[in-house]
Amino acid sequence: MKLDKSFVRSVIAVAAMAVAGSAAADITVISFGGANQKAQAKAFYAPFDKSGQGKVVPGEYNGEQAKIKAMVEASNVTWDVVEVESPELVRGCEEGLYEKLDYSRIGPKSDFLPKAVSDCGIGIFVWSTAIAYNADKLKTAPTSWADFWDVKKFPGKRGLRKGAKFTLEFALMADGVAPADVYKVLGTKAGVERAFKKLDELKPSIQWWEAGAQPPQLLASGDVVMSSVYNGRIAAAQKEGKNLKVVWNGSIYDVDSWAIPKGTPKRDEAYKFVKFASQPENQRVFAGEIPYGPTHLKGINGIDAKIAADLPTAPQNLKGALASNTEFWVENGEDLEQRFNAWAAR
Amino acid sequence: MTAASPTAAGIVSTRPEPSLKKRLRRAELRKKLLYGTLILPLALFVLLVFVWPIASLMTKSVENPEVHDNLPQTLRALKAWDGREVPPEAAFKALAGELEAARGSPAIAAVAKRLNREETGYRSLIMKTARKLPLAEGEPARSALIEIDERWGTVEPWQAIKRSGSATTAFYLLAAIDRSVDAKGDIVTAPPEEAVYVDVLARTFWMSLIVTGLCMALGFPVAYLMANLPVKHGNTLMIFVLLPFWTSVLVRVAAWIVLLQNEGLINKLLMWLGLTNSPVPLLFNRTGVYIAMVHILLPFMVLPLYSVMKGISPVYMRAAVSLGCPPFKSFWKVYFPQTLPGIGAGGLLVFIMCMGYYITPALLGGPQEQMLSYFIAFYTNQTINWGMAAALSAVLLAATLVLYMIYSRYLGPSAKAVKAR
Repeated sequence: MKLDKSFVRSVIAVAAMAVAGSAAADITVISFGGANQKAQAKAFYAPFDKSGQGKVVPGEYNGEQAKIKAMVEASNVTWDVVEVESPELVRGCEEGLYEKLDYSRIGPKSDFLPKAVSDCGIGIFVWSTAIAYNADKLKTAPTSWADFWDVKKFPGKRGLRKGAKFTLEFALMADGVAPADVYKVLGTKAGVERAFKKLDELKPSIQWWEAGAQPPQLLASGDVVMSSVYNGRIAAAQKEGKNLKVVWNGSIYDVDSWAIPKGTPKRDEAYKFVKFASQPENQRVFAGEIPYGPTHLKGINGIDAKIAADLPTAPQNLKGALASNTEFWVENGEDLEQRFNAWAAR
Repeated sequence: MTAASPTAAGIVSTRPEPSLKKRLRRAELRKKLLYGTLILPLALFVLLVFVWPIASLMTKSVENPEVHDNLPQTLRALKAWDGREVPPEAAFKALAGELEAARGSPAIAAVAKRLNREETGYRSLIMKTARKLPLAEGEPARSALIEIDERWGTVEPWQAIKRSGSATTAFYLLAAIDRSVDAKGDIVTAPPEEAVYVDVLARTFWMSLIVTGLCMALGFPVAYLMANLPVKHGNTLMIFVLLPFWTSVLVRVAAWIVLLQNEGLINKLLMWLGLTNSPVPLLFNRTGVYIAMVHILLPFMVLPLYSVMKGISPVYMRAAVSLGCPPFKSFWKVYFPQTLPGIGAGGLLVFIMCMGYYITPALLGGPQEQMLSYFIAFYTNQTINWGMAAALSAVLLAATLVLYMIYSRYLGPSAKAVKAR
C-alpha cells in the first residue's frame, strides 16, 4: 500500500515535471563535447536554466555541417543554437544554413572583439591550437614547430589533427616561415608544395587525432611525446594532475561562434540563450572553467590573473601566435582538404 | 499440387468444363497471387527503404543543378560561344544581371561553391563580383566586370561556367576514379598528388580479401568442431561464438583500443614475458584493423559454415575411411568439397561486409588503413559534397556487384546448376 502511494506520487511528480518542462521551452544547444561542453554547462546552461527563460538540452558534434544542412533543407530543424568554427560559419551563412543575426536582440557590436562579430554568428570564445607536451616524458621543452619536426632531438610520435586546416600552417612555420607570412606563402602553389614537402618529413612519426579529447589522452599515455592541441583541453588534463605543458609560440587562434540554424521553431528562445551566454559575467565564468578567452570586451576585466595568463588572448601568449585566416580556408578549404586526404592516404 | 490433381481429374470425368490444363493454370495463378499478396508488404518495404534511397543517391552523383538552374541566361548567351576568345558582351551582361539578382541568397553560394570545384579561387571571384554589382546605368558590362576582376577578361572562368552548366555531369563519377575533364574536353588522369580513389578502392579490395581469408582459416576449424562435438559441448561453443556477435561493434572496437594500445594489456604481457623490450605498435596500423575486423566478422563465417557442416552426414567420411582412404585424404576429397557452399556463402558475406567497413578502420587505423567508406563519410559530413559522396558510393556499389556476379557465375549455386545441366 505504502509502496503504491509513493509510486503514484512519483508518477505525478514526473508528469508535473514534464508539463513544467514543456511550458518553459527546451532549447537544444549543440557544442563540441568534452571539457569544452562541461565548462559551457557550468557557465551558460545551468545559469540559463536557473534564470527561468528556458531549459537547455545539451548535445554535441564534431563540427560537421551535413546534419545542419539536412535539417534546414528538410525544414525539420531540431537544433536551436550551434557552436560553429569560423570557416563553417561563413560558408553556412552564405548557403543559408544560419539566421542572419539581429544584433539589437543581443547587444551592440562594439562590445565585442571585431573578429567575433559576423553576419550569422557571435563569438563565444577565443581558442587556440598550440603545441603541448608531456613534461614527465620530455626532459627539454620544445619551443617551436621546428622542434616539433625535429625527431632527432625529440624522438617519438607526434599528434596532429587529421585535416589540412592548421596542419599546413604548422608545417610552413616549421620550415621557417614567419607567422605573419604564413597565409601569403600558403596562397601560392609553391607554398602548398612546400608545406606538403615539410609534412612528408614528419609523416612516419605522425599520430593523427580527430576529436579534441584525444591528444591529452595520447600525451598522458605516452603514445605521443608532443601534439597539437586545443589549449583548453590541456588545462582540463592539468586539473586532473597530468603534467602537460603548452607552448604558445606558433599557436593559431580563432573564434568559435554561436549560430542559429535557419528555420528553428524556437528562434526567440535561441536569441535569449545567445544573449545570455554573451554576457561578460557568464563568459568570465566560462574562462575560469576552461582557458578560452572571452569575446566580450568587458569579459576580460576582472578575470583572475592566474587564469588570464593561460588564455590565448593574454599578451605574452599572443607573441609569435597567428590568427586563423577564415577567408583563406573558406576559399581553399575543399581543395586543400582533398589534397591532404590524398596525401595522408598514401 | 498432388492433392489437387486427383480431384481435378474426378471433376473432368463428370462435367464438361474447361480443360484440365486451363484449370491447373488457373489454380497456379491463384496460388501465385496469394504468394504475391503475402510478399507484397516486404516488396514494398524493400522498394521504399532500399531501392528508392539507393536510386536517389545514385542520381545525386550525376546531378548538376547549381549553375544550370541559377545562371540560365548566361548559359544561353554562351551557347554559341566557341570557347577560344573572351565571350561577347551579351554574356557579360547576362552574368552581371543574374549575379546581381542572386546576390546574398543561397543560390550565389551554390554557384560559387560549384565553380570553385572546377578551379580553386572562383568562389571568391563570384562572391567579389556579386558584391560590387549592380552596374551603373548604361555602363558596358564587359569593361565593368573586367575592372572588378581581370580574370573575367580571360577565357578560363567562362569555360568553367559553360563546362559546369549542363543539368547532369560526369564530373563526380570521373573524380571518383581519379579522372577529370580538361579545358579541351578530354578525359585526363588526375595529377599524382591528388589521385587517391583508385588506390583506395584497390586497398579496400585487398584488405577485404585478407580479412576474408583470415576468417576462413580461423572459422573453418571452429565450425568443424562445433558441428562434430556432442550437442552439449557444441552448444557451449556456439554461445562463445554468439556472445561477441551480440555485443555492439563500437564496444568491441573500444575494447580493442584498450587491449592493443602501447601500454595496453597485450603489450604489457609481451614485455613481461620478455618477448619484446619496447611496445609493439598494434594500434593505428594494419595489424590492429585486421585483428578487430576478423574478430567482428568471424561469426558471419562460422555460422554459414556450421549450418552446412551440420547437414553433412558422418556416414560419407566413415565410408571413405572404411574403403581404405587415409583420414586426411578422405577429409579433403569427401568432406571438404561438401562444405564449399558454406565457404562460398560465408566468404561472400564477410567480403561484402568488409567492403563497406567504416567504423573499425576509422577508429583503429591510420590514414593508410582507411577504406572507401571513410571518404564517403568525409564528403557527406565534412565538406558536404554530396555529389562526390554519391559518386564514390556508386563506384563501391558497382565494384561489389561485379564481384557478386563473378561469384554467382563461377562459385555460387547457379554455377553448379549450369555445370549439372
